Amino acid sequence: MGEWWTPVPTETSMGNYDISSISHVTMSPSRQNNVLSMYPSVALSKSSYSVISAFCTEDNITQCISYINQELASLGLSSTCIEASSPGGASLNTVPALNAMYELLQIHRRNMCTLEALEKEQLKKSSSLEHMQMSNSRLKDQLELSIREKSGLHETERQLQLKIKTLQNCLKTEKDEVQKLQSIISSRASQYNHDAKRKEREAAKLKERLGQLLVDRKDKKLAIDVLNCLGRSDGKRSHWKTAKTTSSHEGEMYKSLLSDYEASQKALMVENAELKKVLQQMKKEIMHILSTRQSPIKGADADDSHEQADSDGEEKAGDCSRETLDQSCEHAKEQLTNSIRQQWRKLRSHMEKLDSQASQMQNHLDSNKEVIPREAHEDEMERMRCEVQQCKEFIHAQQQLLQQQLNPSFDDETAALLNDCYTLEEKERLKEEWRLFEEQKRNFERERKNFTEAAIRLGREKKAFEEDRASWLKNQFLNMTPFTDRRRCSSSDGHSALSIKSEPETRMSSTKSRVAKSSTYATFSTPKPAQNAFVPSTAELYRTLRLIPDSSSSRPSNRGRWQESSAIEDGDALKSKHRARCGDLSIFSLGEDENSLS
Amino acid sequence: MNFSEVFKQSNQLCKVSPDGKYLATCVQYRLVVRDMSTLQILQLYTCLDQISHMEWSSDSLYILCAMYKRGLIQVWSLEQPDWHCKIDEGSIGLVSSRWSPDGRHILNTTEFHLRITVWSLCTKAVSYIKYPKACQKGLDFSRDGCYMALAERRDCKDYISVFVCDDWHLLRHFETETQDLAGLEWSPNGCVLAVWDSCLEYKVLLYSLDGRLLSTFSAYEWSLGVKSVTWSPSSQFLAIGSYDEKVRILNHITWKKIAQFEHLGTINNTKAVVYKEVERKTAVCSDDLSLHNITIGSTLFNTQSKYEICPLPVQIPVVKPDPDRANPKIGVSFMAFSSDSHYLATRNDNMASVVWVWDMQKMSLEAVLEQTSTVRCVQWDPRRPRLALCTANSKLYLWSPAGCVSVQVPSEGGFQVLSLNWHCSGDSLILLGKEQLCLCYMDTDQEDK
Repeated sequence: MGEWWTPVPTETSMGNYDISSISHVTMSPSRQNNVLSMYPSVALSKSSYSVISAFCTEDNITQCISYINQELASLGLSSTCIEASSPGGASLNTVPALNAMYELLQIHRRNMCTLEALEKEQLKKSSSLEHMQMSNSRLKDQLELSIREKSGLHETERQLQLKIKTLQNCLKTEKDEVQKLQSIISSRASQYNHDAKRKEREAAKLKERLGQLLVDRKDKKLAIDVLNCLGRSDGKRSHWKTAKTTSSHEGEMYKSLLSDYEASQKALMVENAELKKVLQQMKKEIMHILSTRQSPIKGADADDSHEQADSDGEEKAGDCSRETLDQSCEHAKEQLTNSIRQQWRKLRSHMEKLDSQASQMQNHLDSNKEVIPREAHEDEMERMRCEVQQCKEFIHAQQQLLQQQLNPSFDDETAALLNDCYTLEEKERLKEEWRLFEEQKRNFERERKNFTEAAIRLGREKKAFEEDRASWLKNQFLNMTPFTDRRRCSSSDGHSALSIKSEPETRMSSTKSRVAKSSTYATFSTPKPAQNAFVPSTAELYRTLRLIPDSSSSRPSNRGRWQESSAIEDGDALKSKHRARCGDLSIFSLGEDENSLS
Repeated sequence: MNFSEVFKQSNQLCKVSPDGKYLATCVQYRLVVRDMSTLQILQLYTCLDQISHMEWSSDSLYILCAMYKRGLIQVWSLEQPDWHCKIDEGSIGLVSSRWSPDGRHILNTTEFHLRITVWSLCTKAVSYIKYPKACQKGLDFSRDGCYMALAERRDCKDYISVFVCDDWHLLRHFETETQDLAGLEWSPNGCVLAVWDSCLEYKVLLYSLDGRLLSTFSAYEWSLGVKSVTWSPSSQFLAIGSYDEKVRILNHITWKKIAQFEHLGTINNTKAVVYKEVERKTAVCSDDLSLHNITIGSTLFNTQSKYEICPLPVQIPVVKPDPDRANPKIGVSFMAFSSDSHYLATRNDNMASVVWVWDMQKMSLEAVLEQTSTVRCVQWDPRRPRLALCTANSKLYLWSPAGCVSVQVPSEGGFQVLSLNWHCSGDSLILLGKEQLCLCYMDTDQEDK
């Protein structure tokens, strides 16, 4: 832009200022402000519009256009060239002008965007800078601290080294002292030894001298006074000391030594023989074990069979050695030990194999076993824990209760209070219980009444039944001889005891009043066929009872009763239903009872 | 168990003849010989002065009485009461006197160990052995009485002379590898001589009868060493007790250590039985009064004691020795094998009230006897594995593998048992007090049970 200024120096200073101000408009507002502050006179005197309007006047359109074009070209928008629509005219060619304006707007927007982004970035940067500064200061602090620490450590190290030095000095002095003491000890020891020797020599000399003196003095006192000499304990006479005796002594000594050695040798021989025996036995047993081990595998493994053969050979050798044991001890011993060693090696390897197998098996077992039992174990543990917890809780509760019980005894007031509370509560509870109890009592009472009633009813029923039976018996008795056909009829009825249904049906048509009764009978007789066997007598009785009124008019009382009962039934369906639930017999009884009650 | 009445004695000089028939006791300057079975006085000899030593000859025919202060020896014959023999050592003095194994020679050690004088009762001949060493045990006869080993000191070196006792012929004379020989002892079979150095050095040397060095044993250095050495009756083991409170057992074939017995302050060995003597004053009951009218005086003042078996572990009272004094009271100073070599009894000096019994077959601790007071004398029954001990009180203690028992000695005036001796038959015990003695007869019937 600067370059541009130089070729247009002819422009008015006013215009010059304006252009500069315009060119600066696109800059940040702050800059604009600066520009404004730079040219306070301009800013104050005219509005921005006036400035623009001042830029292009009627007179300088062409210059303006060229200037704008130049500017656009410099901005890289050379393609659009603003032209005056008519040369010298004041109007512009709109399309390029608009295009240029659009381009400029675009550029402006882009710039604005970039500006925004830059501002944001700057903000970010500034914040990061701040952060950096902070961290920097912190690090500085740390550094300072560590430096201080380091110096402290240096100090302690120095001190420690000093201490070490002093201790080393001490050690050195101690060592010196020890050495000194040792030397002193050794010198003392040597001196003591020397002195002791000297003293001993002196003592020896003195003893010698004393002995000499004693001998020289021919001490008269030194004497033996025996009445008569004794014989030797072995009865022999004493001998003169001669070379012969000395040699005999030597001989005796050696003899005794020899006998001792012989004895010890004998003992050793015996021990040796025993050990050998043990060895042999061991060998035999090992061989036995090995052979039994190998025989089952022999077929499977060629090597083993080979080994077996080897061992057999050895066995033979062993036998041989046993035979030759007495003759050539050395040889036999060697053979024996060798074979034993071999067998032992085999046994050991076998044992090792077995061990490894066993350990593997053990591992297998362990791995197999461990899974299930562990779970079970854990379950059990969990259960136990639960139980323990429960027990603890229980114990705790009990303890609390105990304490509650015990505490009042210590504190009378609270005890009284608590007691009051308790008694109130207790009273409430007791009342409640009392009420319940009363209710129950009433219930019981009612039930008892029912029972007594039932018992009375039963008694009556029984009586009625007895009467019925008596009458029936009488009837039968009466029917026996004079009314043969009537009896047959009754017997045929008895035959059809199980097919009762037909009976009531026939009856249904005859008497309307009996319909309900028969139907009820049908209902309960059919679902309970098993009871037929149990109560044939009742059924029979019933039938006979029914037959009697049917067949004979001589029993009006009975029949009347029956009718009454049925009538009641008709009236009260509920009761009849209730009766239906009972047994066959109760139908009558109830009916009769109700009769009696009603 | 029965007790005889109490007899007088002095200097605890009371010995049974080797054949077990006679009992010789010294009372001041008198020698009393009694019949062992009846305790009746058979002979009574009067010596020239108070007897300081008395010894039976091996054939039980003669008794030697030594009066060291006078340098005099008197020998008495049991068969011929008129026969007498007097040996005067003269101005040279006398410190020790003993019979030779044949019972016909007397060996006298003069003062300052100037020499050993050998007097023959057969020929009146006298011979001298020079340079005997003054030490713990410088002279020992082999068990069969054939040989005598004597430690000598010449030119600041130790030597051993082996004599044939028959005619005092010097059989061997050899220098030993010791700094300061302290003792020597023949093995019971008479073929090996064990020699040990003074306590300054742990060294045990084993020499053959012909003077060859068989083996040397040293357990440690720079510390006080051997305190006592004992052969087992079978010659199989050599037990060495030392200042480190241990007993080491050497075997007779390789002369190497086969076992080590430690005397610890706490007993944890579950195989060992610890018997603890418990004392308690007893109230005198009416039965006692009626039964033991005579002994009531003593029983009134004496405490009864019994053994209790302590549950392990047991803490044993240990006395710490004074390190500044010579011969510190620490270490094993007493060891004795039972007659069958099955058990070994030991005593550790800083646990003076405790006797340890070790099983030689299992090589382990068998029993521990913790007494209430210091053990004075311990001796094995010569026939059975039975141990008798005394602790200077009025009780006798007996141990056997079956158990332990303490017996009150019924006597007037508080008989304190200071020492004891078994009769060679093992049927009776001689209990020695300060000026009295008492015989204790074992109940043989009970023993059989």
